Formats: sequence, C-alpha cells, structure tokens
Amino acid sequence: MSEVEAPAAAEDTRTWVEKVKAKQQEDIAAGKYDYTTIEDANLDRAEKNLTEEHIQKVVKKWLATEGGARLKTYVQTCVHCGLCSEACHHYMSNSKDPKYSPVGKVKRTIWKILERDGRLTPAEVHEMSVIASTECNLCRRCLQYCPFGIDIGYLMSSVRRMCHLLGMTPLYIQDTAHSHAATMNQMWVKDDEWIDSLQWQEDEARDEFADIRIPVDKEGAEVYYSVIGPEPKFRTQLIYQAAAIFHNSGVDFTFPANPGWDNSDMCMFTGDFEMMGRIKKYHYESAMKLKAKKIVMGECGHAFRSVYDVGNRWVGWKMPPIPMIHSIQYFSELITEGKLKCREKYPEKVSFHDPCNTVRGRGLHEYGRHVTRVFCQELIEMTPNREYNICCNAGGGVINCGPPFKTKRVMSNEWKAEQLARVADQGVTTIVAPCHNCHGGLDDIIHTYHLPLKLKFLGDIIYEYMDKPEAE
Amino acid sequence: MDITSWDWNTPVKRVVQADACDGEAVWLEEPQVSPDGERLARVAFLDGEYGLCVNGALGEGTYSRIWYPRFSPDGRITALANDMEWTMLVDGEAWDTYGAIWNTQFSRDGAHIAAAIQQDGEYGMVVDNVPWETLYPNANHFTLSPDGSHSAAAVQVEPLGQAEVAKFQEGIFGVAVDGTTWSDRYVNVFSMAFSADGSRLAAEVRLNLYEYSIAENGKTWPATFSCVWTPAISPADGRAVAPVRIAGKWTLAAGGKPIWKSSFAQCWHQFFSADGKRLGAIVSPAFGRWTLALDDKAWRTTFGDYVEEACFSPDGARAVCLGKENGKFAVVVDDVAWPGRYDMAWAPVFSPDGAHVAAKVERGGKYTVAVDGREFGSGFTAACAPVFSPCSTKVLITVIEDGWLVRRVVPVADFKA
Ligand code: SF4
Ligand code: SF4
Repeated sequence: MSEVEAPAAAEDTRTWVEKVKAKQQEDIAAGKYDYTTIEDANLDRAEKNLTEEHIQKVVKKWLATEGGARLKTYVQTCVHCGLCSEACHHYMSNSKDPKYSPVGKVKRTIWKILERDGRLTPAEVHEMSVIASTECNLCRRCLQYCPFGIDIGYLMSSVRRMCHLLGMTPLYIQDTAHSHAATMNQMWVKDDEWIDSLQWQEDEARDEFADIRIPVDKEGAEVYYSVIGPEPKFRTQLIYQAAAIFHNSGVDFTFPANPGWDNSDMCMFTGDFEMMGRIKKYHYESAMKLKAKKIVMGECGHAFRSVYDVGNRWVGWKMPPIPMIHSIQYFSELITEGKLKCREKYPEKVSFHDPCNTVRGRGLHEYGRHVTRVFCQELIEMTPNREYNICCNAGGGVINCGPPFKTKRVMSNEWKAEQLARVADQGVTTIVAPCHNCHGGLDDIIHTYHLPLKLKFLGDIIYEYMDKPEAE
Repeated sequence: MDITSWDWNTPVKRVVQADACDGEAVWLEEPQVSPDGERLARVAFLDGEYGLCVNGALGEGTYSRIWYPRFSPDGRITALANDMEWTMLVDGEAWDTYGAIWNTQFSRDGAHIAAAIQQDGEYGMVVDNVPWETLYPNANHFTLSPDGSHSAAAVQVEPLGQAEVAKFQEGIFGVAVDGTTWSDRYVNVFSMAFSADGSRLAAEVRLNLYEYSIAENGKTWPATFSCVWTPAISPADGRAVAPVRIAGKWTLAAGGKPIWKSSFAQCWHQFFSADGKRLGAIVSPAFGRWTLALDDKAWRTTFGDYVEEACFSPDGARAVCLGKENGKFAVVVDDVAWPGRYDMAWAPVFSPDGAHVAAKVERGGKYTVAVDGREFGSGFTAACAPVFSPCSTKVLITVIEDGWLVRRVVPVADFKA
C-alpha cells in the first residue's frame, strides 16, 4: 500500500485515521492492492499437489475422528442472528462486508465442508486456509456476544486443523512450526545460542547490579522463568529486564539450559496438535526436571493460551501440572507482597490493551491494571476494554502468516486504529500491552495510521521505574 | 561407582563449611555434592572472574565464566569454563576448546564424560575429550549410552534457508552415532535411547508431517503412528518399546505393533526391570488422572497433577513412583501412597535388597530424606539424594546443616514414624 503523508499537527488523531482509510480505499479502487490474490508459496504449492479424492478422504476422516459432531452441533445451533458480526474487527474494518462476519466465515468454511461431506476442490481448501488463518485471529470476541456461546474461534481453529492435515498452511507460520519441531523453539535458536544469550545478559546486567545472577539449570528454584523464542534472538533486553526485576524483588529463579525454555507454540495455530503437545511436554518436563515450584512466563498471550489451556490438555494435563503464572499476575503479586516497589511513576498518560489470550482466556485484566496504576501516573481506559477489548489481529497466528498478508492484516484492523486514536486524542502517549504478538500487531497499526503512540510491556515500565536500591 | 569403598561406618561427619572458599567471592553458586558426600563444589564469582571451589579450596586458574559444575558418578568434578573459547574441566584438567560446550553427561559408572559441542558453527558431541569427526549444521537430543561406549544425536545434515518449507519436508535430519549418520533421512528426529551396552539405539522419527515411528539401529518400524514418544530398549531382548498413539489413545508398541492390550489417555516414560521381564509406564487411565501401569495393568492410586520418577526394585518385584495432587507430592510404593505429603519430592530409590524405599523430600523449605514413609529429623537447609548401603541396612544422608556439609550414615531402623 502507498503511504499517506505524515499528519498535520493540528489535526486530531481520528482525522488522520480517516485519511489513511480513504487512501487505502483509493488504492484498492485503483487496483494497487487486492485482497483476493495474495500469493503464498506454500498455499500455492499445496493447491497444485492436492487432488479432490485425497481432500475428501482426509476431510471425512477428520470429521469422523476429530469432533465433526461438535462442528455440526455448532452449525445447527446458530440462528443466523448476526449478533456476533459487530464484535469482529475484520467485519468492522472491511465496510461491514458480511463475508467477514464471524458467521459469514463459518458459512464459507464449516458449512460448506459439512454440506459437501468433504467434497472440496484444492482451490476451495486454499481459500478456507486463507479465511481461517488470516481473516480470523481466534480472538473469541464474538463469543462474548453470541447468545448460544458459539465459539467461532474454535471453529476457525478446526478449519486450520483440517488445512494442516491437507498441507495447506501459509508459508511463514508453517516455517515457524518447522522451527518448533526441529529445535523446540520458534526462532531456530540453537541450544548453545540460548545459553549464550542468558550469560551475555547476565554480564550486561552486572554493570547495573554488581551481584546479579541469571541462574541457569538451578534445581529447586521457586520460579522457572520461561520466554518465547524471539527474546534470545531479537529482544534480549526483555531477559535482562526480567532478571533485573526478579533480582531486585529477591525472587529465587532460574532459566533452563535445555530445550523446553520456549513456551510459545505456533503449532497450536497451524493445527499441528501433535507437535503442539510435544512442545508442551518438553516445556513442562524441563521444569519438572529442575524441580521448580512454579513457572512464571514472560509477557506473551498466545503462549499462555498454549500452556494454560490448549496444549497442556492435548497432552492430558487437565490443568498445568506445575503452577503456571503469567507475568501480568506475577508482577501484581510481587507488588502486593511488597517485594516490588515503584520508585517514581511513569509520567506519561497510558492506556492498557487487554490481550485476548490472557483476558478473554483467563481474566487477568485487573492484575494488569493493578501493576499499571502502581507504576504509571495516569491510566486512561480505552473503550471498549477488558474482555470486550478490540483484538490486535496478531496473536491468534495471523501475524505469523508473515509479509504476504501484512497489509491485509493491518487494513482489517482499522477499527483498532480508531479505538487507539480515541485515547491518543485524550492525551495518551503510551499503550501498555503485555503480549508480544499484540506488540507486533499494534506496532503495525500505529505505524500505518500514524498514531502518536508508543508501546510498552509492563516489564519495560517496571524495570525503568522500580525502586532499585542495589543498582550502581 | 564402587559404593562399597565409601565410609559406611562413621555415623556423623562434618565435612566442610558449606560457604568455605579461600578466595574473595562476591557470591557462590548453590553447592553440588559428590555422590559419596565427601566433597562440595561451588562456582565462585570473584569480582569479574570465576573459580571453582571444592571443599573450600579454589582450583588453579580462573576463567571469564565457569558454570554447570557437576560430579560424575565416580566422584570427579566437572565444570564448563570459558576463556575466549569453551572447555570442560575435569578435576581441574581442561579438555580441548570449542566455540561452545554444554549438556554434560556421564556414563552410568562415571568413567566416561560427554557433552554437546559447537565448533565454527557446526554441532556434534565430544566424549572423553575426543570430538566427533563430523560435525553438522545443527544437532540436539544429545545422548550417551549408559556404558559410555557410544554417543548419538539428532543432526541436521544440510543447511536450510528461511522459509524453505518444501526442503524441510523432504527430510534433512538424521541420527548420528559417534558422528556418523544412519542412511535414512527424516523430517524430524527427536529423543533416543541406547541399550545398556550401547549396541542398540532407538529414536523417535517423523516421516512426514503426519506420520511418526521408531527407528532401531537405522531401520524404521513398518508401522507409523500419529505420535510416538521416547523409546526404551528391553534389557531382555534388545528390542525397542515405545509409546504410540492409535486412534487418539496411547499404548506401548514394539516392532510397530502394540504389545499392551490396554490403551490410555496418555502413556509415556516406560521402564524395564533389570532383567527386562517386567515393563512399566506412566499412564493416564482417564483424562486428567495419572498413575503407573505395570505389565499392562494400571494401579488404582491415581493423581490429578502428574506422576513421575518411576522405577522397579532391583529384583523387579516392586515398583515406586511419585504422584502429585493439588500441588502436594506423595511417594507411592506398590500402589500404596506413603501417608506424608510433601511440597517437593525427588526420585525414590529402592535398597539393593528391594525391602526399603528412600526419597529426598521437602516441606516448607526444609529438606530431608524419608525411608518407607518415615522422615529423618525435622529438616535441613539442603539435602542430597539418599544412597542405600550395599547391605541395605543403612542410608547415606548428606545434608547442609548449620552451614556445614554433614554426612550422616543412618541405620534404616532409626527412621521413626
Ligand atoms: S474470533 Fe475474533 S477474529 Fe475470529 S471471527 Fe470472532 S471476533 Fe472475528
Ligand atoms: S451470534 Fe451466534 S447464533 Fe448469532 S449468528 Fe453469530 S454465531 Fe450464529
């Protein structure tokens, strides 16, 4: 897409967003961008290789053995009331085109699959993969509005599973799934690179805290801290910050030395549930091996969904076998216990973005607000918020479908841009988003729509504004 | 590991002060204790450099980093050390250097020491200071045979560029034994297990995105499954037994065929008796419940969190495991849980005669050893894994008590309810 000029200083943020939207529509009308012809090498390859016979065989088996009856029940229960439509950012951001409504997406996928008993063409499976992987972020916002509690996120996840069984998964997320399988982390981080990152961060942190340690493979620690693959690869400062916060709060913690350290799970989003289970097994067993009392995980939403809800259950653990606490909650607990104190408050106005995986998925919203209020001068709520917050359009795997779908992803979330613009117009300069994928999604929105906002993790603000009596 | 030569007669011995170090340490890492309880090692951070302190004495030479100190079963102290390049220190002697060295492993008797290495961006293993001749673009799942005669890993045999999805799915992974790969290539290779003498190796392999199997000494089972877990090799006949998933349920299989009639919501960590005649596994008989199954029959005592650390007695007649329910651990012997519940418990062990079970346990931050459900003392700052005397009548309990490493040899009869 072509860019709009930077906004004039006098304009309010919402006007800028309108301008960008108008420009986007112009580009579409001029044929500069077309949602319907996005090329994805893996989808194209799969379409060439598939036959209708194979598709039907695989789909029928999938329906018979993996919950076809549940899918049918959902479809038959739906009364087509459309109450879910205005919950979905894809629908709201695409001129309320019914095909982007939650129920519209079900109609274009599950209905067709059931109606035709799996008789689909390769092109249709290609289209279904695009719908399920890039037009639904599995955010479950629509579920809040459906009078029957129909979980469209689950239905789209099922379509992704079917597409996985047919090899029809977008290239970039499939590559990430391969990384998980080969290395047990999502960024192809080799075993020694992980250890090196931890030791490097310990050396760096020692300039600030003379006696800091980042313990690796310490047995019996109170906290086993787990992160996602991008942290050692691109965002080592987050490891530094977490270590600084734990050190400062007197937390007995460790990182594991061996695979299992990455809690993330793109296989959950590609529908490769067997690999998802394997990743979770490695994760939990590495903590069991170290006899850790609990796992505290970094600020990632989708990883939380995989360790707390989906992946653990595929393995057979009804609940996490070891207490699993998201940083949002853990930071709040450290504050309540008096272990983590604020030195001075972050002086700018902030708003809190509720990630779907930790808030709709687990209700951690008040913990996040507690931390934000303790560490920030002023919290201005975005509207809607908490479990009704508008999705980032990233953390359900959409962002991981990579560059081919980036413009579509961002344009399918101008509704979020409008929501952010409203808080920017109230003087908010900083969005606190305790989730990696939300950061990725929001960063693209902020950039595309020229929003005068910056993004922070809770850990960024805590690290900078916490009381550090020992720091040099 | 010849435990008959250990001191089984001195009832209490104060070995060394736990934080003793003859250098100016900014901090000392948590201690590691030798299996016989006679030596205590700690990494010392000496304001910018690292040293290794054993029983208070700093070893010769300091390094820009030392970590992962571990005693081998035969009592040698190893550590990973860096000065521009990485090396393994074994009782103070440095091996050759590498770009990276990690994942120290020992043969069962401790006579052989192995580790993973990276040199110039290529990966493999080193055993007793001899590296593999061939290194690979990547390697993981490093494994040393129990007798130390062979080492193996999952290796990536060709480089792979970003998003080369098709090439990945053609299979670029292999199993390397002592650095040489089996001829077959796989989409993935996961964990593997050797026989006790290292002559047989079985590995979990993925043949395409959807089919998994077990490869034994380079030959893949004729059947595939939607998922498999780590195999184990029978001491009786040398065949691999692995958990396999069939129609959404798990059971144990050998040679590609189920060998148990029962199937479970989950089944893994199978283990043999010493003679290979008995076979056990951790199983989930119903979603969310966990127990042991022995010879195809599940125990009645189940746990909601998980079950782990299972083994047979030396004669195979009895079995033990840990179970966790609502965050509390129990030791379960022959399907009966000890009455005590613990905040943490470690791998239980049988006495050589199979009559007793001992486990390290922790409650409220205090550590001790329990034998047959009876705990010793009211708890210590730290405790090591218990070791039974060869005659099965005493237990070596090494603890940190009042700042000292204390070695206690306690008659089994002295464990009181
Ligand atoms: S789960 Fe989210 S993205 Fe998917 S249809 Fe519902 S509201 Fe839209
Ligand atoms: S709100 Fe529920 S019942 Fe109504 S159209 Fe949406 S999914 Fe169907």
